[in-house]
Amino acid sequence: MEAALGLMRRMPPRHSETTLSALLSLLPGHSSDLLSQVDLPLQVSSDVVSGQKFILCEYNRDADSYRSPWSNKYHPPLEDAPYPSSKLRQLEIEANDIFTVYCDQYYEGGISSVYMWEDDNEGFVACFLVKKDGSKTGQGRRGYLEEGTWDAIHVIEVGPDEEMTRYCLTSTVMLSLTTDDVSSGTFSLSGSIRRQMNMNLPVADGHLSNMGKMIEELEGKLRNSLDQVYFGKTREMVCTLRPSNEDCEPNTLNAFDLWYSALDDEVSIVEADASTFSSSSSLSSSDYYDLYKLYKKCGPNPKNGEQYGAPFKEEEWADEEYTSKPVDAITPIE
Amino acid sequence: MAEQETELSDKQKKEIAKWFLLNAPAGEIQYVAKDLKSVLNDDDVYDEAASEAFPVYNKSHMICLEMPGRFGDVLVTLYGELRDNEYLDPKTAQVAIVDHVKQVCTEVRPATDEELPSPYIEEYRCALEAEMLKYVGEAYPKGSCSVYCVNGKDAEGPGSDFELVVVISAARLSPQNFCNGSWRSIWNIEFVDDVQVLELKGKLQVGAHYFEEGNVQLDAKHECRDSTIFQSPDDSAIAIASVIRHHETEYLASLEASYLNLPDTTFKDLRRKLPVTRTLFPWHSTSQFSLTREIAKELGIGK
Repeated sequence: MEAALGLMRRMPPRHSETTLSALLSLLPGHSSDLLSQVDLPLQVSSDVVSGQKFILCEYNRDADSYRSPWSNKYHPPLEDAPYPSSKLRQLEIEANDIFTVYCDQYYEGGISSVYMWEDDNEGFVACFLVKKDGSKTGQGRRGYLEEGTWDAIHVIEVGPDEEMTRYCLTSTVMLSLTTDDVSSGTFSLSGSIRRQMNMNLPVADGHLSNMGKMIEELEGKLRNSLDQVYFGKTREMVCTLRPSNEDCEPNTLNAFDLWYSALDDEVSIVEADASTFSSSSSLSSSDYYDLYKLYKKCGPNPKNGEQYGAPFKEEEWADEEYTSKPVDAITPIE
Repeated sequence: MAEQETELSDKQKKEIAKWFLLNAPAGEIQYVAKDLKSVLNDDDVYDEAASEAFPVYNKSHMICLEMPGRFGDVLVTLYGELRDNEYLDPKTAQVAIVDHVKQVCTEVRPATDEELPSPYIEEYRCALEAEMLKYVGEAYPKGSCSVYCVNGKDAEGPGSDFELVVVISAARLSPQNFCNGSWRSIWNIEFVDDVQVLELKGKLQVGAHYFEEGNVQLDAKHECRDSTIFQSPDDSAIAIASVIRHHETEYLASLEASYLNLPDTTFKDLRRKLPVTRTLFPWHSTSQFSLTREIAKELGIGK
């Protein structure tokens, strides 16, 4: 089984479905273990009643049918299938509604679903799923991606209700993106990571609020981690394979590129802070000048534990055309 | 999920095993092999699959093996393949005999005259190789390269077309840091005699794999073309090397640019860092708050 998981870690993430089905056929006796430990890109189906899309996963499946969170019916119809209790179903409905808005805010589209079920410990388990197709032909607003998918699976085990209730969140993000253009060829990054977060939170704040905040936080961390650490490492590897003439260190190039392009030839900034530049950054054509502090958001440097909600770069918002559906009471959380 | 478990035939198992081996990232085939053996639990099938998959993998990754007897390294490539396990190293005019599955060179023998290009071609090949070795030595900390003649190797003198291939292979393997990467470039150079032109076609491929508590892989490819004039062996070599250097450097820069764009543009198409409102999501929005509070109370009291 360990060997099987080892293979999952080495095979290209974009082929994870093929890898898993190969493993399932080689190890039929381990199928339940494999299916529970390996996450696959999510499949989507449409609710026959409302036409809304919902996500298929192990948590809303019984035999070969899947339960839609919108109509609470199994597709294809099934007798004797498990359903959440009516109280939990109320929470599930609310969760689906709120999560759709959340999804819209962060994913500018995408499909979301939430499933809940009672567990043996007098608590319950909730699973929040998101699937986004960011390709040009899908819902990618900016048209950069030839192909791009993001799948997020968040499973939260909620302990029995006490003043401070225990929430255990396991989040898995799988993504793959490909850009393709004439000048730079095909560039393809894909990956998956999984993390856990446990918290004890006041039940008085509401389950949805507690779960929502945890998911938002962990999802943000995973996104940043994928971007800075994981993709950053592959970039470092490329630079190690074939260093360019200037020093190809991620730290150097990011801040350097950003400000250098905005400057006149006569003036150059040397140091923002020690970690942004290395002393070997080459300003070959211009010479060194003054020291002054650069205020900018922490660029895509591979820094772990980056502050969430750091000050913004205006440029990032300059050409935003996207308008979201207004959310009623927007209170910035500190 | 199907209820019954169909037993796989040996042939099917072998195909699956080969798929795993062939898709191993650079430098990881031995690790994959170990895990695969354990999952497969059938040494005969494994051995058969390995004997078919390893050669293909080795050639496509252009692995670099050390030749016994201080002859240096040989690249295992399609272009240098004389027989299933014999690979020519044009630099030293030796032929390496290779064990694909173990990924080692077991012995070395001198190449016969038929296996080597004619002296006319050899002049060009050798001059180009010398230039390329210089370039690769500077540009790639751990790269190797070879220049082969793939067409027209028996041409006696001017008046015939021939084709050389430059193969550059670099790999950085750091399994203890959970990170491996490889760079492969293949440049086909056609020497067209009647128009006195050299047509270059390059295929560059870069891969990287980082897998500490996760699994992320980069797979990037690029093709380019260029041409230059047919000159004397030394001058042609210098011209070719500079074209290659130019394109590869440009490609590296565009890879860098793709990475730079990632966080703020490309990635944003998948998931933004924050909503347009620039604040975190308002989970406490009043209308929701009352409802969940009620439910929470209900669930709590209802015990």
